[in-house]
Amino acid sequence: MTSATTAHSVVEPSITTRRFAGSLVVLYAVITMIPLVWIMLTAFKSPDDAISYPPKVMFKPSLEGFCNLFTTRSRQTPEFIRSLGPPQGLCDSIARSRNMVVAGPSNYVPRFINSLIIAFGSTVLAVALGTLSAYGFSRFRVPLKDDLLFFILSTRMMPPIAVAIPIYLMYRTIGLSDTRLGMILLYTSVNVSLAVWLLKGFIDEIPREYEEAAMIDGYTRFQAFVKVVLPQATTGIAATAIFCLIFAWNEYAFAVLLTSGNAQTAPPFIPIIIGEGGQDWPAVAAGTTLFLVPIVVFTVLLRKHLLRGITFGAVRK
Amino acid sequence: MAEVEINAVSKAFGKTQALSDLSLTIGDGEFVALLGPTGAGKTTALRLIAGLEQPDSGSIRIDGRDVTGDAPADRDVAFVFQQYSLYPHLTVFENMAFALRAPTRRVPEADIRVKVQEVARLLHIETKLDNKATQLSGGQMQRVAIGRALVRSPSIYLMDEPLSSLDAKLRGELRLELKRIQVDLGATILYVTHDQTEAMTMASRIGVLEGGRLMQIGSPREIYENPINAHVAARLGQPTINLLPAALFGGAPAGAETIGARTEHLTIARGGGDVSATVKRVEHLGDQSHLHLDVAGRPVVTLADPETGFGAGDVVSLRLNKPLFFDARGWRVAA
Repeated sequence: MTSATTAHSVVEPSITTRRFAGSLVVLYAVITMIPLVWIMLTAFKSPDDAISYPPKVMFKPSLEGFCNLFTTRSRQTPEFIRSLGPPQGLCDSIARSRNMVVAGPSNYVPRFINSLIIAFGSTVLAVALGTLSAYGFSRFRVPLKDDLLFFILSTRMMPPIAVAIPIYLMYRTIGLSDTRLGMILLYTSVNVSLAVWLLKGFIDEIPREYEEAAMIDGYTRFQAFVKVVLPQATTGIAATAIFCLIFAWNEYAFAVLLTSGNAQTAPPFIPIIIGEGGQDWPAVAAGTTLFLVPIVVFTVLLRKHLLRGITFGAVRK
Repeated sequence: MAEVEINAVSKAFGKTQALSDLSLTIGDGEFVALLGPTGAGKTTALRLIAGLEQPDSGSIRIDGRDVTGDAPADRDVAFVFQQYSLYPHLTVFENMAFALRAPTRRVPEADIRVKVQEVARLLHIETKLDNKATQLSGGQMQRVAIGRALVRSPSIYLMDEPLSSLDAKLRGELRLELKRIQVDLGATILYVTHDQTEAMTMASRIGVLEGGRLMQIGSPREIYENPINAHVAARLGQPTINLLPAALFGGAPAGAETIGARTEHLTIARGGGDVSATVKRVEHLGDQSHLHLDVAGRPVVTLADPETGFGAGDVVSLRLNKPLFFDARGWRVAA
């Protein structure tokens, strides 16, 4: 559980120690941020700047990467381009400067929407199922409880990709290949074990006296669960939801294997954005940068719940 | 308010027999305390009445109706827990209104407001209604916990050591308030405690539980003066009753193996008693002193007037004054 207290050593650390520790943290943060900064900078480079060596730190920013991410283009003769009217918007004028015209939207937006639907859908489902079964495991006498819990955990012990071929064959047979529903079910089944285990810990921490009091006060068990347990489990639910979402959002291997068109998510789509003469790195970087946004927003929104130990101080042990 | 009748109820958890054949009737408007050590089955008895546990055998009737198989919500009882009593995510007002807002009860919001404020005044927490439950002191939390129950008018209030987590001063204050409220409302209360003072001062009847069995039930005076066995005798009285071999003193009735001597059964003098004893230690409590004596190698604790001026090492004499007698198995033997 999160709580306001952390372990303190008896002796206050000296200024030097604190400065050393602080600079280590900053150093670590910088090292982990470099690839992200690199991606974000590349997103605003022109294709030539993106592959120049030595790499350019200072460059003329361009939106060509974003234009190439959202559009498909076709090469035309300069005569044909001159015969057209004035360019339609920024991307069109960038394309024409390279002797191309915008042919239509790319598949990035539909792939991104697939990602949103599949990741959030499976997260909601995994957290909902996880909360209910965690509550059941926490509060009721379930036959073979320990064995069931171990079985649920054991589904996490193998790398998911180990079952890729059976799942591929199964999905093809029952018609779930390349469907959003299929991907939601798949990610839910991977995440639900994590959700059960995480949430069981959180729900175990909530004293059952709360629900008992509610049940004596005239509530059914389900009403007591909704009114008393859920509000106190928000911290755990938020943390679990973020873990589930990050997995489903970033999942690559199954997405490559099981989706090709309709239900393809962004991760398998982004790296294969091809420009003229090979990978279109600014477009790939722009796609990756935008791909980071939902997770950041979701985490920031739930941060309040993550940090708040909601029962802290209210219970007397 | 109503009469609650517990009839031959037994309950085991695995191999542990928590309650054996408990029969107890709590009259309308009566304050009954169940007194016993930890693990005696006191809390189990409350939970069975509340419906949080199902008895293995026996039945429970509330107001003449058999509720043995009913869900807690259908029994019309209120429960005050020893701890974890308040919902941390709600305000004091919301905590107290919680029961009235239950979907099955459908109390109009205006009535809820009136009722909560009335009870808050009774408990002196009317200025705290908008606080979060987590912003209260221990004593205030416990008042709110009691208030949560008082907003309802259930058949019976079940209270599980509601004062035990408080400090001594608050406990004393709330004890008086609780009794006053009970008398004012004419409430039926079953109160579980291991604190003999609470049981003695508040209850009209005390039931002494030991190892899941109801040893004796009666008025506080009856339980104190006429305990049926040594267990019950040891439950009440401060300092605890001294149990001594009957052979040490003369004049025990036939069959008596043990003499039970409370402070008032012992007369201490500087000489001329039945048995001589050595003062080992004197604890000064202010208005009186605890005298730790050694009687033929057995410890005896009794009260003494500080004026008497006994000190460690003094040899005194003891005289028994209508003590209690128990047989080899601890049962009372008539004097």
